Amino acid sequence: MHSIHPGESDSSPRGDAGLWGWLNRRTGLDDLLRGALDEPIPGGARFAYIFGSGLLFIFISQVITGIFLALYYVPSADHAHTTVAYITKAVTAGSFLRSLHAYGASAMVVVLFLHLSQTYIYGSYKGRRELLWLSGCVLFGLVLAMAFTGYLLPWDQRAYFATAVGTNAASEVPWIGEGLRRLMRGGTEMGTLTISRFFVAHVFLIPACIFALVASHIFLFRKAGAAGPVNQDHPKEKVELFYPRQVLMDLSLTALLIVGLGLLCFFVPMQLGPPANPADTQYVPRPEWYYLPIFQWLKYWHGSAAIVGVLVIPTLLALAIVALPFLDRSIERRPWKRPVAMAAYAFAVFWLVGLGLRSQYLDRHDPGVAQQLAKQKTDEDEYAKKPFEPELSSASLAEANVTLADPLAAKGKTIFERQSCNACHGDGGVGTAAAPPLVGISAKFSPDQLAELFKHPTAKMIAGGMPPIDLPPDDLKALIAYVESLK
Amino acid sequence: MFEGEAESESKVKGSPSGPSHASRRSFLGVLLGLGSLVVGALLAVPLIRFALFPLLRRTTQLKNSPVGELSEFSPLTEPVMRTVQIEQVDGWRKAVSEKAIYVTKDSQGQLRVLTSICPHLGCTVPWNKEKNQFACPCHGATFAADGTRVSGPSLRGMDTLETTVQDGQLLVRFQYFRQLVSDKEVIG
Repeated sequence: MHSIHPGESDSSPRGDAGLWGWLNRRTGLDDLLRGALDEPIPGGARFAYIFGSGLLFIFISQVITGIFLALYYVPSADHAHTTVAYITKAVTAGSFLRSLHAYGASAMVVVLFLHLSQTYIYGSYKGRRELLWLSGCVLFGLVLAMAFTGYLLPWDQRAYFATAVGTNAASEVPWIGEGLRRLMRGGTEMGTLTISRFFVAHVFLIPACIFALVASHIFLFRKAGAAGPVNQDHPKEKVELFYPRQVLMDLSLTALLIVGLGLLCFFVPMQLGPPANPADTQYVPRPEWYYLPIFQWLKYWHGSAAIVGVLVIPTLLALAIVALPFLDRSIERRPWKRPVAMAAYAFAVFWLVGLGLRSQYLDRHDPGVAQQLAKQKTDEDEYAKKPFEPELSSASLAEANVTLADPLAAKGKTIFERQSCNACHGDGGVGTAAAPPLVGISAKFSPDQLAELFKHPTAKMIAGGMPPIDLPPDDLKALIAYVESLK
Repeated sequence: MFEGEAESESKVKGSPSGPSHASRRSFLGVLLGLGSLVVGALLAVPLIRFALFPLLRRTTQLKNSPVGELSEFSPLTEPVMRTVQIEQVDGWRKAVSEKAIYVTKDSQGQLRVLTSICPHLGCTVPWNKEKNQFACPCHGATFAADGTRVSGPSLRGMDTLETTVQDGQLLVRFQYFRQLVSDKEVIG
C-alpha cells in the first residue's frame, strides 16, 4: 500500500508489515515458499508419493552427520581407524552420529528402491519425463558410489577387504580393467593413497554431483509436473495442492525415518572392527547387504565368460533402465495393462532378493566360511568392547628407544641427557629454538670430526652457548655413537 | 524443511477458500513450523554434544607417572635419579617421553620429587655426590640436597613436582616451569 511498486504487496496480504514484510519485498521469499507448497498434485495427496522427499531428508541428514564426523576423522591409513575408534568410543554422541551416518546409507538405498519402484509401477517416467528419469538414474548410481566409497573410510578389516574385492571386480572389465583398478586404488595395492582417493570422492566429488543432480531432478519434476494417479481416464479429477495433506504425508515418512534410525542407532550402534590387517590371509570379505546380490552374481562368472557377466549383461541392463522412457513410448500407465513391464520388475526383484539370499545361504552352509565369519564377528565384538587406546605419536621417545639396539649408543643417550645436551638440542636431538637439531648430523661429520668439535667448539658454536665437552674417552665415544645414530 | 510455512497463510489460487479454511491452514502451518523447530532442535542435541566434546572433556592431558614403590625410598640418604615415562594425551594420539627426576627428602624428612630441569636456563642438573649438592653444568647454579638454592645464577630453588601415593606406589605429575623467574610458574 505504501509501495511505489504496483502489485508487489497485493500478492501477500500480510507481506508489507514488519521484518517479514521487508524480507519478503527484498527476496520474494513468500512467493518462493508458496511456489514450493502450492504445487498441484493431480488426483490428490497419496502415501505413494512420499519417497522422494524422504530421500531428500536422508541426504541432508547424511551431509550434516558427514560434516560433523569430519571434525575428528583423518583420511590416512595411519590414522583413519584410530580416529573412527576415537569417534566411536571416546567422543560424546560419536557412536550415535557415526551409526546415523552408516545406517543412513542403508536407509537411503531402501527408500531409493521404493522411490524407483513407485515411479516404475506408476509409469511416472512416461510422457515428457525422459530427463527426469535420466537424472534419477544418475542419482541412483551416485548413491551407490557414495555407499561404496564411504564403506572403506573406517579402514577396519571389514572395510579393507570388502573394498579390496570391490576394486578387484573392476579389474575384470576388459582392456581398461587393470587401469581402472589402479585408478581407484591409487596404485597396484590398497593403501593410504586409496583412502585419500575414496575420501575425496566421498566428500567432495560425488556430493557435488549429487547436489547438482538433486537440484535438476527437482527442477525437472516441477517442470513436468506431478504424474498423478495411474488412471488418467477422468480428466476432471480433483487437483490438490502439495500443502497441507501431501506435506503431512511426506513428514510422516520423515518422522518414521527419524524414530526408526534413532532407535536403531541408540540400541544397536554400528560396530567398528579391528584395524585393517592386509597380511591377514584368512579373512573372508563380505560387502554391505545391498551389494550382496552383485557380489553373488560375480561369483558365477569366471575365465573367458567373465566378460559376459561383469560387463555385457550389466551394461545392457543399465542401458535398458536408462533408456526406459525412450523405449517405452506408450502412454498407458495402469500396471495391470502393462504385463511385460510388471513381469520384468517382478523378475528383477526376484533375482536381486534371490541372489542376496543365495549368498547368505551359501555362507551359512559352508562350514569353513561360516566358522571364519563367526570368528570375524567375535573379533569385532571383542574389539568393540575394548576401551579407546590413543595412537602413539611418531615423536614418542618410547619408540625411539626401541631402535637403540647398539649398547654404545644407548650409553651415549644417558650421557646426552646427563650432560644436558637435550636441554638445548632437544630430546632425541630434534633441535629447539636454542640450538640446531643433531638428527642426520652423521651425514655431515665423521666421528673424528665430531670428537674434535665436541672438545673444541667453533667460535660460532661457543657464541651460541655450546660449551666444550670434557668427558673420559669412553664416554665421549658413546656420546658420538649416540649422536651419529640420530636419524 | 518447511520451518517457514507458519507464515504462509491465507487463500491460494486453486484451493478452497473462505475465512475458516484459511485460518485452519494457518493454524496447521504454525503447528508444523513449531513441530519442525522442536524436532530440529532435538536432532541438533547429539550434533552439539559431539562438536563440543573437546570443550566439556579434557582431550589433552598429562597422566601421573609411576616413580616406584614408596618403600624403596624410605631409607633414602641422598637424592636418587629416576627416569619416568610421561604420557601426554592429545586427542586421539599420545606422546610418550622420558624425563629424569630426583627423589629426595625435605627438611622434615618427607619424600619430595624434584624435576631435573634447572630453573635457570633448563639444563639437566646432575647430583654431585662429593660436594653433596646439585650442580648445573651449564652456568654453575648449585642447589642443596632438598633442592633449595645455594648459589649461582638461578633465581629460585629446584622445582618440586606434585606427587600422590596410590597402592604404595609413588606417582608424580611432571610439569614444566618458567625459567629465569624467582617464583615457580607452571607452563605446561
